Amino acid sequence: MAIQPKKNEMPVQNAQKRAKNFDEVALGYSAEVAVAEAQRCLNCKNKPCVEGCPVNIAIPDFISEIKKGNFEGAYDVISKSSSLPAICGRVCPQETQCESKCTLGIKFEPVGIGRLERFVADYHNANFTGKINVPESNGHKVAIVGSGPSGLACAGDLAKKGYKVTVFEALHTVGGVLVYGIPEFRLPKKIVEKEVDTLKKYSVDFQTNVVIGKTLTVDELFDCGYEAVFIGSGAGLPRFMGINGESLKGVYSANEFLTRVNLMKAYSNESHTPVMCAKNVAVVGGGNVAMDAARTALRLGAENVYIIYRRSMKELPARKEEVEHAIEEGVKFQLLCNPVEIIGYNNAEDRRDAKNGTVTALKVIKCELGEPDERGRRKPVEMPDSEFIIDIDCVIMAIGTSPNPLIKNTTDGLEINGRGGIIVDEASGKTSKEGVFAGGDAVTGAATVILAMGAGKTAASAIDEYLTKK
Amino acid sequence: MKCKYKIVNRRELNSTVTMMDVYAPLVAAKAQAGQFIILRVDEDGERIPLTVAGYDRQNGTVKIIFQIVGATTALLNEKKEGEFIEDFVGPLGCPTKTDNLKKVCIVGGGVGCAIALPIAQQLHESGCEVHSIIGFRNKNLIILENEFKRCSNSLTVMTDDGSYGRQGVVTVPLKEAIERGESFDEVITIGPLIMMKFVVATTKPYNIPTTVSMNPIMIDGTGMCGGCRLTVGGKTMFACVDGPDFNGFEVDFDEAIARSSMYAQFEQNAREKHCNLLKKAAE
Repeated sequence: MAIQPKKNEMPVQNAQKRAKNFDEVALGYSAEVAVAEAQRCLNCKNKPCVEGCPVNIAIPDFISEIKKGNFEGAYDVISKSSSLPAICGRVCPQETQCESKCTLGIKFEPVGIGRLERFVADYHNANFTGKINVPESNGHKVAIVGSGPSGLACAGDLAKKGYKVTVFEALHTVGGVLVYGIPEFRLPKKIVEKEVDTLKKYSVDFQTNVVIGKTLTVDELFDCGYEAVFIGSGAGLPRFMGINGESLKGVYSANEFLTRVNLMKAYSNESHTPVMCAKNVAVVGGGNVAMDAARTALRLGAENVYIIYRRSMKELPARKEEVEHAIEEGVKFQLLCNPVEIIGYNNAEDRRDAKNGTVTALKVIKCELGEPDERGRRKPVEMPDSEFIIDIDCVIMAIGTSPNPLIKNTTDGLEINGRGGIIVDEASGKTSKEGVFAGGDAVTGAATVILAMGAGKTAASAIDEYLTKK
Repeated sequence: MKCKYKIVNRRELNSTVTMMDVYAPLVAAKAQAGQFIILRVDEDGERIPLTVAGYDRQNGTVKIIFQIVGATTALLNEKKEGEFIEDFVGPLGCPTKTDNLKKVCIVGGGVGCAIALPIAQQLHESGCEVHSIIGFRNKNLIILENEFKRCSNSLTVMTDDGSYGRQGVVTVPLKEAIERGESFDEVITIGPLIMMKFVVATTKPYNIPTTVSMNPIMIDGTGMCGGCRLTVGGKTMFACVDGPDFNGFEVDFDEAIARSSMYAQFEQNAREKHCNLLKKAAE
């Protein structure tokens, strides 16, 4: 049988329709399509895809199970390596990980590994009625700080080994960036809930409304009888550019904008949390968070949404699929330009004019690409006297974050690098403080869900080793 | 599992200000004057920050005092003693620094006095000389007068309309005290932004260190959303982790005042909607 050169298409909601709703964009494979896609896998000897996966899922093995129609079997294979397959199948950048290594991809399109992972997880979540085998408790208590992807992954692995795990979350809802950051249309919150419920079945205890570094310190967790602590507190304070006008009304950090809409459900008329529903929105930045913010602004009813990015399309750090979806939905890309000032309304005649201090325009300067920087990306160089004005009434800054200071300020003996990240031994997640491990954005600064999960898993196995030896 | 937070005591201080003691032992164990909490009244509610007005470590309760200004505070006000609040997290922010102060003037305005009180009490207990000036719109809105009396070497009550105490704004007696030669180590002021702006304008010519407590719009309160940013000394600062107390001389008040009105229209609509619901329910 000839190999089908292209991936089976992912069915999606119509672009015009979905740009106005918060329902999930990608609809998922049917069982028939999943089997057909699985049959594209060559089951090659070297399995390069497994190395491309930060959590080393036995990819060809689970795909073989799909070929046989044994979807639960496929789930069992994945869940040996991943606690959150329904999430990873949706938000992992497979094109730069597993799929980038796929042997089939040398000549054709690679196998749609992410789509298959998602199919398997969704199938399991919809159909599984069996009982989970909860391992017997080994009597050791471990505390996890933060319930984002690294914390959930670490908690899942330890619970499956019999540890008594408590996850402390500062917000009122479990899930971290999966619930406050990534929008509903890309990762429905009920999927996160379902994955969290699975962990609860493994006896993981979740304590919301506890801010480690404030409500309790890391040292107090040890006093409470926890024998090891994993810090997965995530990225912290949003960065701003330091240009004039960033405090005007209508300027958001992407964190604030997305939190208002996702976690606080400001998209619903019933929500008590307000968000500005602007007509013309500029999103500064070119990563996945920028795409999320831009597409969210469209869904809130914006007529024009611009991505302002200082390099070209080729250098956009966002996932290709997210960029394509954004373009289909009508997001406009103002590339090779950089904001220099946010301009606000100012009625000098009437100081009480309610419009005073609100955003009216963004002044940007054109850039061209110069020499490559240390990471090999060509540096944007501003072109003199090329400023121009874009009329907008809202600016969303999506240019990254710097780590949260709460834990480092209250934990003696925890070493921090120059950028504020916790210093760890990469192979184990061990910090400079005995019994304390860390991973995810708290260590690396803003990165991806799967890298955070990988770090959580690494730390889980190091914690297991540490407590077994102790 | 999710625990809720019981209102063990509720008292109306006046027609628009209510006090509650909320059972939250972890917060009560750590809370200090100047810090704040964030609460959600019920599922799907808004997160609002309220400064800690007191705490009882033994009984595990935290005191909050709030003015009914929007839909959420109206909803909170409807909760009765014995009922529960959905979420209550803290203590957040940095405590007010009161070390090594020998003589301090506390200037509170309106419901801000609720936050100023624990600071005055703490200073008083540490042997510091405390002079308090508290201001209200009128007699009916005065709160905590006796409590302030007990922890202050002198207390001046001001009302805008002269219906109680002296008529006028808080900066008048403050300026008088300074000119009289009272040498304050520090002035600590908490109240409406416009009042704090004028307190700072009063103390600055005399170069008396002045601490202001900022209460901007925020969501998470832990240094994630960045909504609470202020310009302090030309730098962007975050009230939730860097504050809420700041050097008053460095705060850009005009910017903070403008930002505080970002959702004024929304809040008004939400409150009217909530009031209409109540009216309907009463009919």
